Amino acid sequence: MTLSEEQTLLVKSVRDFCEKKVKPFARQWDKEQRFPKDVVRELGHLGVLGIVVPEALGGSGLGYVEYALVCEEVARYDGSLALTVASHNGLGSGHLGTFGTDAQKKKFMPMLARGEILGAWGLTEPGSGSDSAGMKTTAVKQGSKWILNGTKMFITQGTVAGCYVVLAVTNKEQRHRGITAFMLEPGMKGFTTRPIHDKLGMRSSDTAELIFENVELTDEHVVGEVGSGFIDTMKILDRGRISIAALGVGIIRGALEESLRYSKDRQAFGKPISDFQAIQWKLAAMATDYEAARLLTLRAAALADAKQPFSKEASMAKLFASEAAMRAATEAVQIHGGYGYTQEFPVERYLRDAKLLEIGEGTSEVQRMVIARHLLA
Amino acid sequence: MKILCTVKRVTDPEVKLKIGADQKSIATDNLKYVLNPFDEIAVEEAIRLRDKHQGEVIVVSVGPSDVSTQLRTALAMGADRAIQIVHAGELDSDGVARLLQKVYEQEKPDVVLMGKLSVDNDSWQAGPLLAEYLGLPQATYASKNDSLESDNEKNKVPGITIEGTTATVVREADGGIETLKVQLPAVITTDLRLNIPRYPSLPNIMKAKKKEIKEHTPQSLGVDVTPKVRVLKFELPPARKAGVKVADSAELLAKLRSEAKVIS
Ligand SMILES: Cc1cc2nc3c(=O)[nH]c(=O)nc-3n(C[C@H](O)[C@H](O)[C@H](O)COP(=O)(O)OP(=O)(O)OC[C@H]3O[C@@H](n4cnc5c(N)ncnc54)[C@H](O)[C@@H]3O)c2cc1C
Repeated sequence: MTLSEEQTLLVKSVRDFCEKKVKPFARQWDKEQRFPKDVVRELGHLGVLGIVVPEALGGSGLGYVEYALVCEEVARYDGSLALTVASHNGLGSGHLGTFGTDAQKKKFMPMLARGEILGAWGLTEPGSGSDSAGMKTTAVKQGSKWILNGTKMFITQGTVAGCYVVLAVTNKEQRHRGITAFMLEPGMKGFTTRPIHDKLGMRSSDTAELIFENVELTDEHVVGEVGSGFIDTMKILDRGRISIAALGVGIIRGALEESLRYSKDRQAFGKPISDFQAIQWKLAAMATDYEAARLLTLRAAALADAKQPFSKEASMAKLFASEAAMRAATEAVQIHGGYGYTQEFPVERYLRDAKLLEIGEGTSEVQRMVIARHLLA
Repeated sequence: MKILCTVKRVTDPEVKLKIGADQKSIATDNLKYVLNPFDEIAVEEAIRLRDKHQGEVIVVSVGPSDVSTQLRTALAMGADRAIQIVHAGELDSDGVARLLQKVYEQEKPDVVLMGKLSVDNDSWQAGPLLAEYLGLPQATYASKNDSLESDNEKNKVPGITIEGTTATVVREADGGIETLKVQLPAVITTDLRLNIPRYPSLPNIMKAKKKEIKEHTPQSLGVDVTPKVRVLKFELPPARKAGVKVADSAELLAKLRSEAKVIS
């Protein structure tokens, strides 16, 4: 997989930015569970918050390969910030940009693409995650209004977003075909958020519960067709999985680079620990996992860019990259010994961040289900 | 206003250099290249001046065919078009200045902005030589009074002030600041504290792809670049000796006095 000159330049631009503005601070943000608003705004200026949005709507007009490359780069330095980039691009603005009406797109996409506002996307509920069609949030039509009631759980950018896409049941009998997407703005009457703190990892990414109590919406807030919300959601998740896979790729690279540096430096029994075959085998496995995860991810992205089916490939990439990221982060902590178990080195953070990748946007179990369904179809 | 800005490809300062087998060159295997940091500052300043006064920024580079990557970087930062003088062989500062002289004569810019030095050869020559050959005024080591944390810097206000046909340049001199006024056209070389160069944004990287890079060679410009200065030998600095540990400050002071003889 060779990159074009433009791809090389954009990777370098994001890397240079992260080296200077992210790397020195990621540990502190994690510790304080602080969402780095200013840096997120600067990422907007860089064009990182509207990667696949057409230029006419204020975006960078790039494809999913570039999207994956950018997510990898940010995740190399900070998993939380990469989760912000991935969920904003892929879920919140992704849903509106793909299925929104022209009026909705014209009003919100330029602001979203430039990062002036952030996007959030509410599918998961306290009582339904993997079984997302089992949601309880309802939107009931009353005259010309839709009345929204329910609760969404673990919503990334929940307290900091300026635009929310929320899934709700509009026709219970029709199950998968009775779910509709709605667009909300903060401050709407009856719409409140409650931040969720003390996560294991991804601690400087903003996560919240969204609560809807008789929120009044109109047809102008419907995103896509009434009843097509769940079908659209599956398409959004397919693409989202490419970005979560890319986060895994970035974390593996971080774990590998930190381990290479440390193992050449750390002495035991009179030589650098990188002289021991036991350490070398770990490094070799990490490097191989990195390449494999990256190839799977870029392949799924390239299929998406070529407008070919990529659902199975995206699930495979997400499954492999997230599990490989856990392996790599675990081994990185092992290579760092006792120091790896402290916050003096970033590898314990990689381990905590990597775990989310096996859960968010479909657990590993769900990915295996999706892949098997494709195989047996 | 037309601004000509020079950019040079240099070896990545992060990569540890190895000397080639002939001892007169740097081994090129596994070498990475970046845009000379001082030139990056010159490009940033050129873009800010262009944005303030209208006009265009032309970037020019001399080097092997793959320096197009560094030209693309400058175009992605916001330069309007590029000129590449393809030359893969040896080159000294005098050759560079003579090539730039020809480009200047073709383009007739109002200002030439250049890095004060390139971090690989560190000879600080190309700018002053060019000004000399063109008979132009020069202001070297351009800096500014504002700090790099100031609002002016955040708002990308140029550090060089241009009014009519003069430029006011703040230069860092030993132990102080000197403010100069030069008549345009002039050659101005940039110092580190002039600005913080921008990161090329994703849309601008894509736009850069469509911008023109015009190619020349020393032959097509009629310049003989046979070096007048030749490198005879490169040597790595001697490996640093291990330090010594002292037990307390008294021992440190004693050693500084009797062994290092830096205090009395
Ligand atoms: C930090 C963070 C950010 C998130 N951001 C968002 C967001 O922005 N928007 C959003 O909508 N959601 C978000 N989520 C929610 C996330 O997508 C869900 O947590 C995830 O899909 C799992 O759902 P659940 O937590 O309800 O687990 P459950 O579905 O209850 O799963 C529990 C366990 O059972 C397993 N399981 C469930 N069903 C099956 C089955 N059929 N076969 C085998 N095993 C099964 C699961 O794999 C898992 O191991 C986020 C979560 C976190 C932690």
